[in-house]
Amino acid sequence: MANLKVKTMGMEFKNPVLTASGTFGFGEEFSKIYDISVIGGICSKGLTINPKLGNKGERIWETPMGIINSIGLQNPGVEKFIQEELPKMKKYDTKIIANLGGNTTEEYLEGVEKLSGTEVDIIELNISCPNVKSGGMAFGIKSEVANDIVSKVRKKCNKPLMVKLSPNAENIVEMALACEEAGADSISLINTIKSMAIDIKKRKVVFENVYAGLSGPCIKPIALRMVHEVSKAVKIPVCGLGGIMTAHDAIEFIMAGATLIQIGTANFIKPDIAVDIINGISEFMDKEGIKSLDEIRNII
Amino acid sequence: MKVQKSKILENKLISNKIYRLTVEFVDEIKPGQFFMLKTLDNSFLLPRPISINDVNDNLITLLYRVEGIGTTVVSRMKKGDEIQVFGPLGNGFDITSLKGKIAVIGGGIGIAPLLYLTKKIGKNSDVFLGYKDSVYIAEEFEKYSNNTIIVTEDGSVGKRGYVTDYVDFEKYDVVVTCGPEIMMNKIIDKCKEKKIKCYVSLERRMACGLGACLGCTVETVNGNMRACKDGPVFSSEELK
Repeated sequence: MANLKVKTMGMEFKNPVLTASGTFGFGEEFSKIYDISVIGGICSKGLTINPKLGNKGERIWETPMGIINSIGLQNPGVEKFIQEELPKMKKYDTKIIANLGGNTTEEYLEGVEKLSGTEVDIIELNISCPNVKSGGMAFGIKSEVANDIVSKVRKKCNKPLMVKLSPNAENIVEMALACEEAGADSISLINTIKSMAIDIKKRKVVFENVYAGLSGPCIKPIALRMVHEVSKAVKIPVCGLGGIMTAHDAIEFIMAGATLIQIGTANFIKPDIAVDIINGISEFMDKEGIKSLDEIRNII
Repeated sequence: MKVQKSKILENKLISNKIYRLTVEFVDEIKPGQFFMLKTLDNSFLLPRPISINDVNDNLITLLYRVEGIGTTVVSRMKKGDEIQVFGPLGNGFDITSLKGKIAVIGGGIGIAPLLYLTKKIGKNSDVFLGYKDSVYIAEEFEKYSNNTIIVTEDGSVGKRGYVTDYVDFEKYDVVVTCGPEIMMNKIIDKCKEKKIKCYVSLERRMACGLGACLGCTVETVNGNMRACKDGPVFSSEELK
């Protein structure tokens, strides 16, 4: 049996497969279907310092080979996460990654400070959510703005810091370099792509916020290209995501340079898909005589 | 609750655009719960939530109306084809809370999940079924209820008009409904006026079906709820 272990950011993951923020809740729902301790790590639903009710109106829209979401970071807030969700998550034998969003610098700093004092393994800084009006992604468009927020967060953060990038950044490579320079331990990319849909019978946009985030297999080639570009530019590990549906997709991301990968939309398509992907990577390695992922990582 | 590949035992057009799909599925299933259906290829992406129409031993029957790409693709599947079935999901109806004289009111494809419920609550219910024109599974309801009232908008079968016109709300202790929102809202208002307990089964677009994506939010007096996990059945008093 192939060795899927990954050592990165000062810790060991049992395999490179994580579940992406916003597609796995806090794990509880999926734990009723399979033993989620088989996953390498779980990224929490995007948290904000204050609880958020999320967006009104349509929140999910299917498009060919993709879905557009406008959830709007509905979450219980950092404090309630720490009190109620984190203790439950820590029972699973997997890495816990707290995904943190914010509207202002202060919100990010307060959130990071609170999460730093907990048992989360990694903080994933979300500067890429397209679904909150006055921020989130605003920090993820211009490199200088991202550099500033990541520098400030870095000073308050005593956990490994993974920064989640938006494909809507002006220049994805410069953005990644700016985050690395600011002290990020890792980069995850890509978040959803800003998109829209129109209901032609109602002659109205589908989403109340007009624009929303596109994910799923239709974005995979773009995500793969961005992971490839960023992996070549930065020295810190890259966590690749965007439309991964199969072990084949996951291996492409690893070959393109990803140290870890995240499964997002696919969790909605088949709730235990993470198991298929982990097993599929293992089978591929066995068939190809690959003993460690180091042999195929970043070979493209 | 589990996800499995099931062989289709029947996938048959039973009325205008309405199909009956039967698969084997062994689990405890409550009326009002639903399953997520998906083809094994990726001809469409998100699984489709389809309510339980009936359960007979190890066989589950799901009725769906062909509306968009998902149901169109499923409707083309043949006996013997494999389909991804995930469930049972949702809270379903709490049978123990349905006491006294019960009115079961269904409209359109919302009639489908009420059959298994009617079977469970027995003869102590009056069933009101509202159709646009083509009537389906009314005879099934007649097996389990002594009083089944059929209403069509065009009057081609049964009474003419809207189903809500034929319900004497004062006669009932509890009303259970599933169907178009406009119909359910009318029923909710009536029940509020007459102070009758009312349970509604809601439909929402959803991605995961198990409470993780937060796509199917229902605003309630207790905050945001998920149609898929906290529902799809809600007490009308909870709804905003």
